[in-house]
Amino acid sequence: MDKIKIRKGWDIHLKGEATKQTESFEPSLCAVKPTDFIGVLPKMHVAEGDEVKTGSVLFHDKNNEKVVFTSPVSGKVKAIVRGEKRAILRVVIESDGKNDSLDFAAANPLDLSRNKLIDNMLQSGVWPMMRQRPYATIANPGDKPKHIFVSMFDTAPSAPDCDFIIENQHDALIEGINVMSKLTDGNVYINVCKDVPWRVSTDAKNVIFTEFSGPHPAGNVGTQINALSPINKGEVVWYCYPQDVVTIGKLFLTGRYDSSRIIATTGSAVHNRHYYQTRIGACLTPILETDDNSRIISGNVLTGSNITNDGFLGFYDNQITVIPEGNKHKLFGWLRPVFNRFTDTNTNGDTRPYIMTGQFEKVFPFDIYPMQLIKACLIKDIDQMEELGIYEVDAEDFALCEVIDPSKTPIQQIIREGLEFIRKETN
Amino acid sequence: MGLRNYIDKIKPNFEAGGKFAKYHSTFEAFETFLYTPDTVTVNGAHIRDANDMKHSLISVVFALIPCFLFGTWNIGYQHFLSLGADATFWQTIGYGLLRIIPLYLVSYVVGLVIEFTFAEIRKEPVNEGYFVTGFLIPLIMPVDVPLWMLALAVAFAVIIGKEVFGGSGMNVVNPALLARAFLFFSYPSKMTGDNVWIADKADAYSGATPLGTIFNGGSVNDLPSLSDMFIGTIPGSIGETSKIAVLIGGIYLIISGIASLRIIVATFIGAISMSLLISDIPFYYHLLMGGFMFGTFFMATDPVTAAQTNIGKWIYGFLIGAIAILIRVANPGYPEGMMLAILLLNVFAPLIDWCVVACNIRKRKKRWAAAERSDK
Repeated sequence: MDKIKIRKGWDIHLKGEATKQTESFEPSLCAVKPTDFIGVLPKMHVAEGDEVKTGSVLFHDKNNEKVVFTSPVSGKVKAIVRGEKRAILRVVIESDGKNDSLDFAAANPLDLSRNKLIDNMLQSGVWPMMRQRPYATIANPGDKPKHIFVSMFDTAPSAPDCDFIIENQHDALIEGINVMSKLTDGNVYINVCKDVPWRVSTDAKNVIFTEFSGPHPAGNVGTQINALSPINKGEVVWYCYPQDVVTIGKLFLTGRYDSSRIIATTGSAVHNRHYYQTRIGACLTPILETDDNSRIISGNVLTGSNITNDGFLGFYDNQITVIPEGNKHKLFGWLRPVFNRFTDTNTNGDTRPYIMTGQFEKVFPFDIYPMQLIKACLIKDIDQMEELGIYEVDAEDFALCEVIDPSKTPIQQIIREGLEFIRKETN
Repeated sequence: MGLRNYIDKIKPNFEAGGKFAKYHSTFEAFETFLYTPDTVTVNGAHIRDANDMKHSLISVVFALIPCFLFGTWNIGYQHFLSLGADATFWQTIGYGLLRIIPLYLVSYVVGLVIEFTFAEIRKEPVNEGYFVTGFLIPLIMPVDVPLWMLALAVAFAVIIGKEVFGGSGMNVVNPALLARAFLFFSYPSKMTGDNVWIADKADAYSGATPLGTIFNGGSVNDLPSLSDMFIGTIPGSIGETSKIAVLIGGIYLIISGIASLRIIVATFIGAISMSLLISDIPFYYHLLMGGFMFGTFFMATDPVTAAQTNIGKWIYGFLIGAIAILIRVANPGYPEGMMLAILLLNVFAPLIDWCVVACNIRKRKKRWAAAERSDK
């Protein structure tokens, strides 16, 4: 097994890690949020009040009709919540607690053709778990990816322990890895932070294990792609999160879409900090014991989304972080020494032009000039963005730059908008 | 808190539609001076580092305080020394303050009025950059500089050096150095020679700086002792004479991550190599004479005008050091080369960065081409 050490980066230590015990929480409400998926335009298949089973189609993507999104539980469509310009924010399902599932026929993935494999994944609604770089959109089933990457560990602040989460699911994990191995003619890169006992049981030939070490973002799949096989212009790679590999594996083992998901509740403003066995899109408000004036984040503090208002777990997330809101003034704050760096959501200053240099490079482990790329994105110059390596990165790779930026600029948004600009111009 | 309530009460007057809406930037500057804003993260990362532009720039001012204090004392010390008069420590400091405070008043009043005016016109927040520039300018002036000249230099530096390019962060050359260069070329008699470095000097007393002595054909033997040059009890621009004070501030800047160690080391390497190559006097004299150290730690490291890439910083620093010594040794016009070397490299820094980034781009394109070949 090759070993790769990531040298640049920063481990941010936040108060409030989860203790390693798992409780079960069967949610009464679940939601599928089109906003979790970049570039998806939902076309509804159900209306409010319709009965659905686990795996029933709720909506498909207008840009690619084959990509459907299915219900994580059985029950009734409770609400289709719309926001500005009538955009669908979430489809809420009221669970009947039975988890009555559609059958997608169990099969050994190694016996199926690639097309049949993809069809099964598409119909059951697990396909959106396969994502691609560049752009971090749902993988296009028509593409043949150069490689597929799975990061088996997470280095984000207070991130859940992946080995703990998949402890009892090694069979499904290996089945999922077998699926991946059929999806690409290239390699399936499984990236770990230490040797794993189940490594020996993978029998697909094109699976390569690599051991990564170093500070965050060593666990980000983007960092690993860059270290193993940087994306060239025109290339596409796919990636998938470990629990999603398990879900895909279970689909082929049991023929059912199993939406169960283990998450960790973390952060200084939530009191019950441990692991929960729940479901994709679960409404977690009933179980979170939070402080007043706090922010509930689906995901980690670097890249997660604010779900204070609705409380539904994001499709790709396996962590909830709750931290105090920082909407307070501080007298002579600019004179205060910078201890206790991360306590709340205050921006700790106003937006300014870029003045400091050389700071981003300390936390950005890519062979890319971050400031120059950010500026190219700001001026929407596609040639420059390409030349400076936009295809090799995603917004989340810039999260640490955004955190330390003394000019307080929305760097992840800038990179996302740059990527979306290229995606729309070139497709 | 009472003050906070008062600010919240008068705030609507300064917002769009309020009575004093056109003073919004000014109000905002004072409000954020008193209180950090209560804004919270909206998108992207939910936490932000405690360090912001105010923190970063105030660190530079903190770092300059040893130079300011020693400079104030040295004004008095040189003055009484030239008169041959005895003075107590407090008399020395008192005289120094008497001379330095007017310089600071002019620097800040002129500079900030221009800054605030431009901020209001652009409807942008007032940038903190001038707090550093305004603190630097008096420190790199001869003590005898007339106040009206200083005012003119500040106005020129802020308007032509910074605001016409779009304000802090957009300027090409270091505004503080530009102020000095402006006077240097417009009023050379007030910026060079032996008569400007000591406040109200007795006529018979030579007020030559070490650089001036060498420039006029003197030898190493005519210079003050190395320890005097290191401690700083010599004539010169106000803040630059004490290398101890410069080092204290410089090390603080390096530790706090504001100044680039790459630039500083590269500048020293450049200067030492060039003096070993072409200079008759030992290289350590060059490091201790004139504004070399002050310029290295406080001017060359200005992040806006320096090279921005890490490799570029090495090249940029090396060339500053080398060219500064080259000017000192080879040119017949001016004794000091540091100011000109930094200004010159300020102009070339974007080109250096362009070349460094172009190498990165070329590497990437080669990889693309290789991938395409292997596909076929």
